[in-house]
Amino acid sequence: MQAEAIDGLIGEMVQALKTRLEVQQVKDPVMIGIHTGGVWLAERLHSQLAIQQPLGTLDISFYRDDFTRIGMNPKVKPSQIPFEVEDRHIILVDDVLQTGRTIRAAMNEIFDYGRPASIILATLVERSGRELPIQPSVVGVRPPLTNEQQITLTGPDPLKLIIGTSKQETRETS
Amino acid sequence: MSKPNIQLDSQGRLKHFLTIDGLNRKMLTEILDTAESFTGVSERVVKKVPLLRGKTICNLFFENSTRTRTTFEVAAKRLSADVLNLNVSTSSTKKGETLLDTLRNLEAMHVDMFVIRHSDSGAAHFFATHAAPHISVINAGDGQHAHPTQAMLDMFTIRRHKQEFTGLRVAIVGDILHSRVARSQILALNTLGTSEVRVIAPRTLLPADLRTLGVHVFHDLEEGIRDVDVVIMLRLQKERMTGALLPSEHEYFQLYGLTEKRLKAAKPDAIVMHPGPINRGVEMDSQVADGPRSVILQQVSFGIAVRMAVMSIAMGTQAQGAAAR
Repeated sequence: MQAEAIDGLIGEMVQALKTRLEVQQVKDPVMIGIHTGGVWLAERLHSQLAIQQPLGTLDISFYRDDFTRIGMNPKVKPSQIPFEVEDRHIILVDDVLQTGRTIRAAMNEIFDYGRPASIILATLVERSGRELPIQPSVVGVRPPLTNEQQITLTGPDPLKLIIGTSKQETRETS
Repeated sequence: MSKPNIQLDSQGRLKHFLTIDGLNRKMLTEILDTAESFTGVSERVVKKVPLLRGKTICNLFFENSTRTRTTFEVAAKRLSADVLNLNVSTSSTKKGETLLDTLRNLEAMHVDMFVIRHSDSGAAHFFATHAAPHISVINAGDGQHAHPTQAMLDMFTIRRHKQEFTGLRVAIVGDILHSRVARSQILALNTLGTSEVRVIAPRTLLPADLRTLGVHVFHDLEEGIRDVDVVIMLRLQKERMTGALLPSEHEYFQLYGLTEKRLKAAKPDAIVMHPGPINRGVEMDSQVADGPRSVILQQVSFGIAVRMAVMSIAMGTQAQGAAAR
């Protein structure tokens, strides 16, 4: 999927988030993006929603549930939450929701910064393959993918969605 | 054919951390980068990550060192590991067999990682050689040989202040002869591409083979620290004052003690480091130790992040190895 189409999806997500915030009567939300694709997406949503507080970023490497199987991520980046989490309404942003394990890890990490009032999950892609009972509040697109297909967001500029049969292939195509 | 590096697994990943020797720039940089991510953990409401939950780390100290043992303990606890602290009398471990017995007993307690300090050079290597395959060993200082995590926290502190190693001029001052820290620092600085490493010491405190490490040797402090970016002061063991190596504390301070006046020879933005604890009025005066250029307390804080990084990388290698088996 090309950049223009993704811009359109992001525009729809902005509208959906505005509606959601209004329904929940949230006046002053904060936003956190999950490295790496989630941060690219969050930068755009953060800007278009004109959120006052600076954008937070999370690298969930230290919270992964598969450390005892696959070890340390050599490209871990520092998490940065430049605002108080306690009692805040958080919009958590990731690029692709599949198993739900990344979001679980992200929520665990957020709670180590404080107890938020609520978390709204926004993902560009929601696909099949859930292993944990986690669902997004706002979604850009739900593509019909087989179990074998992988979808990857490349960026940061332009953003593109690549579909392949392996992560390797989606990276090579990008 | 060169001897395989015991620190690395069959895939070339860091399994034990025993010495800087034999590790490349990429590996050292990976430790520093990972430590960077861990620095934020200590500033949060919950100062813990769940990475090593369920793992047991044994701090095995055959030689006293409250500061080093404490920072290893804090690092392990911030990774959510369970920690055993054992202070073992040196007298009971003179023989290799006894050390091996100690190892076997601790292995039976299902320890996943040993952090070992010993007065004999090579003790950590001995443990790494004989430990079960699923166990990692971290050297917390062995004899006059190596103290790699101290060197890496020093590198981390330097990088935080100076960003790059290339173009830097670093001076190490004091008892180079007996210092495991200095050896590890020199190896790390050279591996990371430091432009010039100087050592400054009296002739009696310099090892004979020093120049093979690629350093510039000075015997005059003011000459040696001229235009340097970093001054690393070493701790002087008081017992060496009474031997033939040095005349007196007073005379040592007169010649090699760092004062505000002498520090003027270094670059205006030079930082001053010390592994601690400081002998005030011997290695440096309090004005320097507590002054604006001192980063000594930062070294302690960064030590926790660097040790978290080393522990998690080594334990991660074990995990990957287990998955591959």
